[in-house]
Amino acid sequence: MQVNLKVWRQLDRNSEGKFETYTLDGASENMSFLEMLDLLNEDLTKRGQRPVEFESDCREGICGTCSCVVNGQAHGPVRGATTCQVYMRSFKSGETITIEPWRAGAFPVIRDLMVDRSALDRIISSGGYTGAKVGPHPDANSMLVSKPDAELAMDYAACIGCGACVAACPNGSASLFTGAKISHLAKLPQGLPLQNLRSKRMVEQMDKEGFGHCTNIGECQSACPKEIKIDVIAEMRRLYVKAALTSEA
Amino acid sequence: MSEKKLDAKIPSGPVEQKWSRYKSEMKLVNPANKRKHTVIVVGTGLAGSSASASLSEAGYQVETFCIHDSPRRAHSIAAQGGINAAKNYMNDGDSVYRLFYDTVKGGDYRSREANVYRLAEVSTAIIDQSVAAGVPFAREYSGELSNRSFGGTQVSRTFYARGQTGQQLLLGAYQTMMKQVDSGGVKLHTRKEMLDLIVVDGKARGIVVRDVLTGELSTHFADAVVLATGGYGRVFFLSTNAFQSNCTAVWRAHKRGAFFGNPCFTQIHPTCIPVSGDHQSKLTLMSESLRNDGRVWVPKRKEDAKKPPNEIAEADRDYFLERKYPSFGNLVPRDVASRNAKEVCDEGRGVGDSGLAVYLDFRDAIARMGESVIREKYGNLFHMYHEITNEDPYQLPMRIFPAVHYTMGGLWVDYGLMSTVPGLFVLGEANFSDHGANRLGASALMQGLADGYFVIPYTMGDYLAKGGFKPVDETHEASKEALASVKKRISKVMELGKKGGKKTVMEIYRSLGKTMWDYVGMSRSEKGLKKAMQTIRSLREEFYSGVQLVTAGDESRSTSLEVALRVEDLLDLGELMAMDALERAESCGGHFREESQTDEGEAKRDDEKFSHVSAWEFKGDVSKSVLHKEDLVFENVKPTQRSYK
Repeated sequence: MQVNLKVWRQLDRNSEGKFETYTLDGASENMSFLEMLDLLNEDLTKRGQRPVEFESDCREGICGTCSCVVNGQAHGPVRGATTCQVYMRSFKSGETITIEPWRAGAFPVIRDLMVDRSALDRIISSGGYTGAKVGPHPDANSMLVSKPDAELAMDYAACIGCGACVAACPNGSASLFTGAKISHLAKLPQGLPLQNLRSKRMVEQMDKEGFGHCTNIGECQSACPKEIKIDVIAEMRRLYVKAALTSEA
Repeated sequence: MSEKKLDAKIPSGPVEQKWSRYKSEMKLVNPANKRKHTVIVVGTGLAGSSASASLSEAGYQVETFCIHDSPRRAHSIAAQGGINAAKNYMNDGDSVYRLFYDTVKGGDYRSREANVYRLAEVSTAIIDQSVAAGVPFAREYSGELSNRSFGGTQVSRTFYARGQTGQQLLLGAYQTMMKQVDSGGVKLHTRKEMLDLIVVDGKARGIVVRDVLTGELSTHFADAVVLATGGYGRVFFLSTNAFQSNCTAVWRAHKRGAFFGNPCFTQIHPTCIPVSGDHQSKLTLMSESLRNDGRVWVPKRKEDAKKPPNEIAEADRDYFLERKYPSFGNLVPRDVASRNAKEVCDEGRGVGDSGLAVYLDFRDAIARMGESVIREKYGNLFHMYHEITNEDPYQLPMRIFPAVHYTMGGLWVDYGLMSTVPGLFVLGEANFSDHGANRLGASALMQGLADGYFVIPYTMGDYLAKGGFKPVDETHEASKEALASVKKRISKVMELGKKGGKKTVMEIYRSLGKTMWDYVGMSRSEKGLKKAMQTIRSLREEFYSGVQLVTAGDESRSTSLEVALRVEDLLDLGELMAMDALERAESCGGHFREESQTDEGEAKRDDEKFSHVSAWEFKGDVSKSVLHKEDLVFENVKPTQRSYK
């Protein structure tokens, strides 16, 4: 199949970016979207042009590295999938495909389709852990967790930290990401000792990083490749208010 | 370099007392002195994150480096199936001894007993640690943890978190490390690729890294260096490994004096989604937990291979694993399952367009347990398969084929996980230690976390307590030399780019991968290995005569430069793997030498000649590498010919 690619090109953080258009022959339906970009890059290399820099690693939807906005949608047209899990069978031959980086104030573009997502790590380091030290602990079965709670904890913990929720949100909010971690640890007894501190610090860190506020639009949950629901944002707010009202935090 | 002798430094005494004895006899660093020591950790997968967390909590200053934009992206994240631990929660007769025994046997008697016993011993603490860190393992309605059985064992000792066990364990370790980042104990350096090791007075004291974004080179110093940079499966180009996974850190350490142990021991995983075309950039693994309920088959007759599977009658199907290995059936170890799949495809009975696939069929399991149970157990894997192949595995059997997945070989380490360069520790998949010639399913996660959480905090202390660390900085000759050699190497590769050449770096890389898969893959022969070595040498010549490389105008910033530097190292490593495979004229575990098989076509080990670890020393040129042998002594598990019949 032949596709026309309208790709965002930007040399670095301080340069102006712009769209460039390329026509690519030789893509096939069973190719993944990123393999199609690989093909484009081989083509550009042979023509002596600078390849399109994009991020990817595991190429099986779990590492959270890949991050393209495809035709206006974070991670492209497939629900519950990352960019690397999109296949060319989702597009028509002759179609023009627009490819952009994540767009959000807290995610500066660093080159072409790459953005700086280190703010998400800083949100985690401000409280996204149980606090248990490394070493011997009581037997794992000495603290029971009901199956429904364990399942919910897993649903929330499935977040891959890709930042699609931020990219999809008109406010550039990281509430789905932050709420998922707070809610995961809130479902487990191990998460309770630091809960107030965690809820407060993580939310405040999110603000500090320049992410916007949540106004319940819900784009985040549509874009989330792991289909995490906005319930986690409600839980985050509940726990934040609780923490703010208790003096210990 | 003076002649080095291999000393595994295994503590004396019965195997079950060795680790306790080590811990009670090791030297300790005074708590007040710990913060005076800095340790560099390279890599943030299970081994690296857990090591950074535990060393920092122990009181050392930790400088952690990762190649990704975030430490959470490391490839441990992709492990699906589970993690073994000898908890015996299922009351089915499991024990530390049995896990030890299964691992030594599964590794086909090519691992070190003392290390494996310790691994089994600390396995239970890993589960307690991970639960304390908030890992949401699967649970029963009673609230207790669930277990399942996994390839190669007859007890249920595998803990899991849906099909995302690696992800959850990694996030647990990452979060534990990030707590230390918050408290200042760990200093994190992201998007840094290690390009050289700095050795001062014979000790590992620092590293040279390149910022993958800016191309800037920098040097970093410490009293010890921990490499937890994973395996080298990407030498095959197509593998289940992630794109950033590469061998450069271990290879550069090897060139600086760390011996390479058993490079030819690679694991080919039986349940991957088959290759669909030349464009393919990587292979996707599906957890072998699928083999618990799926049945592997091909048509009995070649003529049926192209027929739709649902039109092939029950009597015309060959459930070849169940037929040949009645007691283990579909749960035989990975190497056995992979080789048998290759064999039936070689016979022309392979299915799918390429003929390079076998069926993994859930029809019977769905009929027995219902679709909803199967969906709960494997939903995400079925979904993934459907997305990639456009076929619904609830309706049609999956097509699977083996793919390179894990490398048992790695830098040689002693009992304390230290390489032949003093002060250079190697953890997780990057070392050679615990899995012998074949790794059992759900044991990689166990080893990574055992090394990082429960071994290195002790053995590091024993090393540092010995003292003798003069201050080192960038003005030291060794540092200047290392930095200069990295600069020289980068400009040499940039020159190759200017020379042009017919091929892109990726094209050379793909050719290397194909050569490795064809001749150093599932089945190896003297003739094939020699051919591989020849082909690799000519690929190297081609590489050095010029490649197509495009930069961003500014020479230092280019992903194709990054790939070129890795390919240069992979070419060397590929040749060493072929040399090692050639030297080991026996079949064992994942290493199948066609010249060494039983009358029934099973792998035939040769304990008389090859009951040793092959540790290669670099001597300026790969082809001149010198082989050292560490003899393996089995005092507890008597080597027998593996049989899964």
